[in-house]
Amino acid sequence: MMRTWHTLCRLEDIPVLGSRVVKRAGGDIAVFRNDQDEIFALHDKCPHKGGPLSQGIVFGQTVTCPLHSWQINLTTGEALAPDHGCTTRFELKVENGEVLLAL
Amino acid sequence: MKKPKLVMVGNGMAGVRTLEELLKLVPDMYDITVFGAEPHPNYNRILLSPVLAGEQTVNDIILNPLSWYAEHHIRLYLNRKVVQIDRQRRVVVADDGTEAEYDRLLLATGSTPFILPVPGNQLDGVIGYRDIHDTETMIETATRYRHAVVIGGGLLGLEAANGLKLRGMDVTVVHLSDWLLERQLDRTAGKLLQTSLEARGLKFLLPKQTAELIGGEAGRVTAVRFKDGEEIPADLVVMAAGIRPNAALAEASGLYCNRGVVVNDTLQTYDPRIYAVGECANHRGIAYGLVAPLYEQARVAANHLAGFGIGKYQGSVTSTKLKVTGIDLFSAGEFIGGDGCEEILLSDPVGGVYKKLVIQNDKLVGACLYGDTGDGAWYFQLIREGHDIHEVRDHLMFGENHLGDAGHAGQSKAATMADNAEVCGCNGITKGTIVKAIQEHGLTSVDDIKRCTKAASSCGSCAGLCEQILIATVGGAADLTPKTEKPICGCTDHNHASVRKAIKDLQLTRIPDAMRALEWRTPNGCATCRPALNYYLISTWPKQARDDPQSRFINERAHANIQKDGTYSVVPQMKGGVTNAAELRRIADVADKYAIPMVKMTGGQRIDLLGVKKEDLVNVWKDLGMNSGHAYGKSIRTVKTCVGQEFCRFGTQNSTQMGIELETMLANMWSPHKVKLAVSGCPRNCAESGIKDVGIIAVDSGWELYIGGNGGIKTEVAQFLVKVTSADEVKQYTGAFLQLYREEAFYLERTVHFLHRVGMEYIQSQVLANAEQRQVLYERLIYSLEGLPDPWAARIAGAQAHEFIPLTVVEPTAPVAEKEMA
Repeated sequence: MMRTWHTLCRLEDIPVLGSRVVKRAGGDIAVFRNDQDEIFALHDKCPHKGGPLSQGIVFGQTVTCPLHSWQINLTTGEALAPDHGCTTRFELKVENGEVLLAL
Repeated sequence: MKKPKLVMVGNGMAGVRTLEELLKLVPDMYDITVFGAEPHPNYNRILLSPVLAGEQTVNDIILNPLSWYAEHHIRLYLNRKVVQIDRQRRVVVADDGTEAEYDRLLLATGSTPFILPVPGNQLDGVIGYRDIHDTETMIETATRYRHAVVIGGGLLGLEAANGLKLRGMDVTVVHLSDWLLERQLDRTAGKLLQTSLEARGLKFLLPKQTAELIGGEAGRVTAVRFKDGEEIPADLVVMAAGIRPNAALAEASGLYCNRGVVVNDTLQTYDPRIYAVGECANHRGIAYGLVAPLYEQARVAANHLAGFGIGKYQGSVTSTKLKVTGIDLFSAGEFIGGDGCEEILLSDPVGGVYKKLVIQNDKLVGACLYGDTGDGAWYFQLIREGHDIHEVRDHLMFGENHLGDAGHAGQSKAATMADNAEVCGCNGITKGTIVKAIQEHGLTSVDDIKRCTKAASSCGSCAGLCEQILIATVGGAADLTPKTEKPICGCTDHNHASVRKAIKDLQLTRIPDAMRALEWRTPNGCATCRPALNYYLISTWPKQARDDPQSRFINERAHANIQKDGTYSVVPQMKGGVTNAAELRRIADVADKYAIPMVKMTGGQRIDLLGVKKEDLVNVWKDLGMNSGHAYGKSIRTVKTCVGQEFCRFGTQNSTQMGIELETMLANMWSPHKVKLAVSGCPRNCAESGIKDVGIIAVDSGWELYIGGNGGIKTEVAQFLVKVTSADEVKQYTGAFLQLYREEAFYLERTVHFLHRVGMEYIQSQVLANAEQRQVLYERLIYSLEGLPDPWAARIAGAQAHEFIPLTVVEPTAPVAEKEMA
């Protein structure tokens, strides 16, 4: 299926080492920003018990799920050892300070 | 730039553990070369006994396979014994002429068996018991010969004797002292052990002194002759009469040695470029022969080799276990007793159980257990941490189980648990899974177990049980450093105490500054250390340090409690549990308007609205028109009260009003962990003051204050602090204690654990004995809290709006081009 870029917000609308949620019928998407201004988008559902990853603490390229502290790699969506699991990743880019999401 | 060169002499457990610790800290700092005299990579020397007994194979006990060395780019010279250290040229030379230059040298040459200076000690068939080679020699000898004599009835000797017996030899143990294991057991336990081993077919001669080993024509030993003239046949003589630090190499190079290479508290020898760890080192007069102290030394040495310069090795209290299957014995500390010591004894020779506890000045200083060692770990902990045992003295002998089992913090007997028994109820982890992980991954601490299996990583109530399983599985190799002394997390080597101190001393007010000053290894910490740092900053520097919402757990960022489905619960403040019709009406209206699925009373006398969507939170708060009840934070929670004097016929004081005043005073207070208070109007204690962080009980003549109670994972009864007469005093003493807790407790340490760690005497000295200090603490609390806004009101006014407003996807702007697809 052909995907298109959708404007979300300005980069500064996402707090550093924080996230925002994109509400969506097909499941919410969590958009993260780290202290290097890298941005990441994941399906907002921990592979463990569905916890909202957008509510977790962000560090480096990792987010910790707020429910049971699984750690999820933001670039791959995969859980870090000793846990196993993966959540869907979405493409993002920044253009002229605007954050765009591929859907 | 060229890397500095680190050379290690000796390829055993202490040395390689030092390298592992070093590589964890600074993976690429050194160019590392290792010389090992044996042909094997690092193996678990402690497990030679199970190999000899046929319970494990040599392959089972390898700790670091050759691939580990390759992976870490370590140049490994096996089968090469270093024979010279040239300290002027900074070069070591091996017996085959191999040379290696060093900038730092680590000596880990271990020990050598003490060979009795008697005629015949050079004969064939006379060996020590130290390495794989000796073990293989014994196994091979057992297939061809019959009579074995083990000289020495210590741990090593008995394990050798047991193994040789299992291999089919006729074994006699010769011992110089009156009883076996005289350094680990007292006479009674030693005799019990002897009886039990005799029942397995071992023979004993003691006390007996060896005079000569007699050789046959082939140059092989044939008999042992004793001082008293007796002679017994022997085809194999195992010398297990002790070990000597192997310091010959160091001594020859002119390093100061005295029964071992003498090292300071940083494991440095008299040559500052040279460090020594393990059995070859003499630290404060002791050369340790057990693995736990060696691993502690390894951690400290690695830290200094990495150039961090933190950490001191100050000696170890050791405990021992005999690795002979089916015989349980355990000893620790000063178990012989003597002047100024009291002993508690339990002796049942027929049942094969003997226990002796040695007490000095109300502290347990030693324990010797035979037959039932289930409580060994607990006793060891009491000895190491020096707890006052006065209160539990009556029950001490009967073990920790006897003190109550709620929360089973390790009191169950790990050794007797079935493999399929559940240990961690939160994550469903069984004992078998934990034991397997310990063995397969060489785990040595409860933290390792948490990381690897997830057991004890949620509520933590099974951490003690995990520790017992660890001890039962690896014995002395277990790292039992209390959690409060360990680094906060993998991002740093600092523990909570040193971080707190640095933040104060260096006047750090921002997380990045603290991480830089304390040399954090990760760019922005992790979900463990950042909340701790944030708390330390704002509690140490109120009004100067800025709170960092991104370093707070979501509950404290959203000011509501996250639920399993991602919705939130809202608990408005109801001071002292008192509400009114107008508030109840608003709550009812909110429940209707936002279709709140459940409205429930909490244990803290408040009303919980469960299932609120995050984007509704701000509007819910606005419609409620009430303050935050902080039911979600590491903060003041609630002050529970009974109705007290106003209505109750037993009430002696106005407990409700007292509760309201305390809750008003403590509004918006962040703390290391949650803080709950209660005020009861009479000793019937309807507000359950006995299990609160601060519990207040009114009596006719005033108020009694209790601290450190807890109704959680493990119920803890609050301890009496003081009795006061006025409401102002209640507030001042409560405030002073809580401020002391806020300033000095570690993050996530409840008041009960803080109290246990620092001791009641310390708290009394700060809060009771010194009126000026009490007032200063109280004023600092009031200063920290004054002007703090109610967090809900602040968010209604617009603070942190992005937290509560989701983003929406606007119309597509452009198709994703092929080349952009990942």
